[in-house]
Amino acid sequence: MTQYVVLSAILFTIGCVGVLTRRNAIVVFMCVELMLNACNLAFVAFAKQHGNLDGQVAAFFVMVVAAAEVVVGLAIIMTIFRTRRSASVDDASLLKY
Amino acid sequence: MTFWILAPVMVAAALGILFVRKAVHAALLLAVVMTSLAVLYAVLEAPFLFAVQIIVYTGAILMLFLFVLMLVGVDASDSVVETIRGQRVLAALGGLLLGALLVVALSQVSLGTAVGLESANEGGNIQQLANILFSRYVFAFEATSALLITAAIGAMVLAHRERLTPKEGQAALAARRMRDYAETGKHPGPLPAPGVYARHNAVDTPALLPDGTASELSVNRVLAARGTVRSAPALADDIDEVRKQLGVDPTEMPERSGKSSAPATTTEDVK
Repeated sequence: MTQYVVLSAILFTIGCVGVLTRRNAIVVFMCVELMLNACNLAFVAFAKQHGNLDGQVAAFFVMVVAAAEVVVGLAIIMTIFRTRRSASVDDASLLKY
Repeated sequence: MTFWILAPVMVAAALGILFVRKAVHAALLLAVVMTSLAVLYAVLEAPFLFAVQIIVYTGAILMLFLFVLMLVGVDASDSVVETIRGQRVLAALGGLLLGALLVVALSQVSLGTAVGLESANEGGNIQQLANILFSRYVFAFEATSALLITAAIGAMVLAHRERLTPKEGQAALAARRMRDYAETGKHPGPLPAPGVYARHNAVDTPALLPDGTASELSVNRVLAARGTVRSAPALADDIDEVRKQLGVDPTEMPERSGKSSAPATTTEDVK
């Protein structure tokens, strides 16, 4: 069971580095999704380890929240892109102008 | 066994997300990671999450990502310029440290033998999940319904754009076109369709004007910007190429006007 948790840690780390290095807001978002998925893997692995389903329910809730987050986040990216013609996180350094 | 096949694939795809230039490729690599995760869920005795992972993540969320990428522009790739000096090196260093810390710490822990979900999944995984979800976690479940409806309304409000000017009607449009024609000489009719007077009717083939030149207006400007518009003389080369592949001598064909040998072969074909 350790190998699943190690894989989850590796995926989480990769997602973390991606959020720090990538500039395109959509790719940053994908890396956040990668981190959420890595956490889900740990949840499901520990559910099997401990023999109860609470971990799977937690993973299910993470998925629901991730879906809501993606919907709102992509809408915000679309709005920023419409006003600035750019999806780069560096360009959106000022909130209003 | 499944794990050891999928884990390298997942790590390679996740690393690919860090290094590919184009956002579309990152989305496809993320799809690889998510589908592999779904298989791992199936291995870990979570059939419900296996289905949800494929339907919600690869089906809905990634499609949403690709949809937004289409709106933003598929060709939009990252800039290579660093805004903060040394940010990438520091981020990679920090990531390596975090990864090493997590992996070393996890390898120190002995988890013991897994209990397994045979008893917890008794009577079906979905039934047991529903039992927990609608008893112990029922308030969290209700809260997610509020979250989902808030997210849907929020997305609609954010994506909605208020119309600032009244919509132009047919009469106003016709009047504007005629005014443009009178003032600038812009043709009031529709744009020419691609390939109408050319040999092909593909969208990337410009229409030929009566004087034989290609009409730039007839091709989509996206294709023109990408430089994939075909030129009329090159099309004639295509035809020669196809005839060569068919084993027909291009000079023998009668339809090609402008060839010196054309009239002579026409009479032979008639016989």
